[in-house]
Amino acid sequence: MSKGPTPSDVAAAYIQHGPYRVGYNAHGHGYPEARGHGAGGQAPRRVIVGYGFWIFLLSDIVMFSGFFAAYAVLVHATAGGPTGRELFDLKRVAIETACLLASSFTCGLGYVAATRKRQLETQFWMLATGLLGLVFVILEVLEFYEMIVAGAGPDRSAFLSAFFALVGCHGLHVSIGGLWLATMMAQIWLKGFRPGIMRRLLCFNLFWHALDIIWVALFTIVYLLGAGA
Amino acid sequence: MSGHDDEWEFDDAAPGDEHAGGSGFGAIQVYLLGFLLAIGLTVASFWIAGSSAVWGPGIPAALLALAVAQMGVHLVFFLHITSGPENTNNTLALAFGVLIVLVVVVGSVWIMAHLNHNLMTMDQMKAMQR
Repeated sequence: MSKGPTPSDVAAAYIQHGPYRVGYNAHGHGYPEARGHGAGGQAPRRVIVGYGFWIFLLSDIVMFSGFFAAYAVLVHATAGGPTGRELFDLKRVAIETACLLASSFTCGLGYVAATRKRQLETQFWMLATGLLGLVFVILEVLEFYEMIVAGAGPDRSAFLSAFFALVGCHGLHVSIGGLWLATMMAQIWLKGFRPGIMRRLLCFNLFWHALDIIWVALFTIVYLLGAGA
Repeated sequence: MSGHDDEWEFDDAAPGDEHAGGSGFGAIQVYLLGFLLAIGLTVASFWIAGSSAVWGPGIPAALLALAVAQMGVHLVFFLHITSGPENTNNTLALAFGVLIVLVVVVGSVWIMAHLNHNLMTMDQMKAMQR
């Protein structure tokens, strides 16, 4: 048996004392407080998780841009069927918009309450968010139902296929977001404001706000430009 | 897990984090201000779409400008994406995302308009020239 340092001892010593040790750059200069700029080790987990989820949201928005592009190309391809001007009910769209915008606001208030570790306040605002989202989804399903019954379903024209794909995809996102919201409420209620749950809640907030941003593009391009201008 | 998980006082901010430097507003006030601005822009959009106060052909441009402004309000006040140094990574990712979105949407519309024009039948061509 040799008594010299084993390879793993050498590696451990290098990590602790070598020029690349955590908190120092390649030249041995120390910036222990600097993070995310090539020195100082990795960023805190909530920053990494939030950034990763932000990348996912942006890729989701890129996917939506494909649906928007298809809609913009096909908006006049009505095949003799009804146009947006005849189909869209701006009053209902205004109520949907109000619901989603208000739910974005209550979602933010819920997150602020969660950072202050107030259980009941958090649950109240998240419940409000969920109910507003539910009203939005119900109104949208109602709109789809009325259109399909009136013979303006997705099979009527290329315009309507693109419309149902785009608006339906957004509605699906809101519905799945609602399920996520209910899961988060249960987790916070049962497990409290643990760091891992707070990271999930941060991601949920980002998701919900991003859906509202997509809805802004959607009600402008599809409904207002389709029905009014 | 290292000891410094989930502390606040570091250089980078996660998207959605409030500005570490502090803007002088409380967290709720920031959401409230964003909410009021977003309401104003939404109401303006719906009003312009149904009114004759704006020159007709200018309405689409006005609506798009209002939509872009509202998305900006959402990004700054709800998602807390700012131009500050702690947000560089988030802003760069956003800029790349916007680039791809513009390429996809503008590129598709542009190419398909050209195709439509070049693949026109004789009758349509004559109808356009009249």
